Amino acid sequence: MKPPVFEYHAPGSTDEALALLGEHAWEAKILAGGQSLVPAMNFRLASPAILIDINGVDELSGIETAADGSLRIGAMTRQNVVESSDQVRAAAPLLHKAMPWIAHPQIRARGTLGGSIAHADPAAELPAVMLALGAEFHARGPSGERAIPADEFFFGLLMTALAPDEMLTAISIPAQAPRSGTAFVEFARRHGDYALAGVAVTLTLGSDGTCESAALGLLSVSEAPMLAVQAASALVGTAVELSDAEGAAELAAGEIDPTGDLHASADYRRHLVRVLVRRAVVEARAGIEDRG
Amino acid sequence: MSDNDPQRIAIETRVNGTSVHAEVESRTLLTDFLRQDLRLTGTNVGCEHGVCGACTVLFDGEPVRACLIFAVQANGHTIETVESLANSEEELHPLQEAFREAHALQCGFCTPGILMSLAPDLDEIAALDEDAIRERLSGNLCRCTGYQHIVDAIQSMNPEADGD
Ligand SMILES: Cc1cc2nc3c(=O)[nH]c(=O)nc-3n(C[C@H](O)[C@H](O)[C@H](O)COP(=O)(O)OP(=O)(O)OC[C@H]3O[C@@H](n4cnc5c(N)ncnc54)[C@H](O)[C@@H]3O)c2cc1C
Ligand code: FES
Ligand code: FES
Repeated sequence: MKPPVFEYHAPGSTDEALALLGEHAWEAKILAGGQSLVPAMNFRLASPAILIDINGVDELSGIETAADGSLRIGAMTRQNVVESSDQVRAAAPLLHKAMPWIAHPQIRARGTLGGSIAHADPAAELPAVMLALGAEFHARGPSGERAIPADEFFFGLLMTALAPDEMLTAISIPAQAPRSGTAFVEFARRHGDYALAGVAVTLTLGSDGTCESAALGLLSVSEAPMLAVQAASALVGTAVELSDAEGAAELAAGEIDPTGDLHASADYRRHLVRVLVRRAVVEARAGIEDRG
Repeated sequence: MSDNDPQRIAIETRVNGTSVHAEVESRTLLTDFLRQDLRLTGTNVGCEHGVCGACTVLFDGEPVRACLIFAVQANGHTIETVESLANSEEELHPLQEAFREAHALQCGFCTPGILMSLAPDLDEIAALDEDAIRERLSGNLCRCTGYQHIVDAIQSMNPEADGD
């Protein structure tokens, strides 16, 4: 099918984009990489009256490393740029590992970091990864700028804390702490397809070798991307042995609220989470020893 | 400012090395602009969903889905389609020649998208092992070949292997 008629705007700056959004908020949509929005328009699942194409707003893309090692990534930074960035590999290995799991190279060449986060698909990799990383999202709207922690951003199916007249401008990611390890695992029928379930893990050990903090972001197992809070807190204080990983996996399977669909039943998703959480925790723990 | 007439926008783009000035409706997809306005029908349209890869073209040198880009977005950018590969009707691009030699196409519907997905990084891709090559093909669906002959064609172009 073909997309419905719309009015097209291509602002050259964030200010201009925000002015347009302020004027038309309820009938306008931001066009970023278009890799989720355009298919939805082609199938007439979305029919915005106005599109604000921010591909020409250069100030919205780029990756900066701050003095404390944290990253600030512009919302329009393409997924394949994030994937091949040495800065990202150094400061946020978890993000680096997760990127190749998103769709196919041709999609990542257009798709953006901010677009995937703003779209908030529960089956997408990036929202779950951002939760596990403790990322912060920078949004701008008519009343100025605000920072929204990842765990206060995702509300429900494709719903976020962004107001209709706000746009996501950048993503901040803290540098990975010393003595920490990460893992990203997912199960999809075919690489590049949306996963049936997936897990992003960050573990940090204290000076006594036990787990000081843990975060587990889950995808495809709930209405919204989510943190397995009980599973993560059960890991804290343990030595993260196999039995601890199994305990966390059991808790995670109880925390999720999967739905069954054409691709997998709710029970099968629960089973996957049990297996994937265990694997991810073991892998993240092993990664810490690798680093010496 | 908007009325009921579809908005038409003037664009300037380079397609296969030629500069193109055109006026397009905002909702016209790049696929339809290429096929219908420019009559470059080598770019195929399968799903208009981003899934099949038949519409893959190069946008500023990178393989992308032409069905997920509006023609207006090509303004100021360069596009290359499968028509840019061969020098002439007689002289195919080496990758096209390899596809022909290895029987890497049957109906040929997927072929333009596959060629354009591979063309920019051909040397790098041809040197990969079979699993990695299949991985690189994951964004292009072929309903006929079962992919084996496509993999063979790509491997035959490995600059590091001796051709036999
Ligand atoms: C075949 C196919 C397979 C895919 N597979 C996967 C997959 O396995 N995993 C995965 O995670 N994704 C997958 N995707 C989706 C892809 O990653 C998209 O790129 C991503 O979901 C959206 O990013 P975008 O930049 O393309 O955003 P767009 O499609 O342009 O926008 C998406 C939504 O976010 C809004 N938006 C975008 N940017 C902003 C902003 N800065 N501020 C406010 N709102 C904004 C838009 O208005 C729109 O509502 C797939 C897509 C296709 C076509
Ligand atoms: S027609 Fe574009 S991906 Fe299928
Ligand atoms: S040759 Fe027919 S779809 Fe690939």
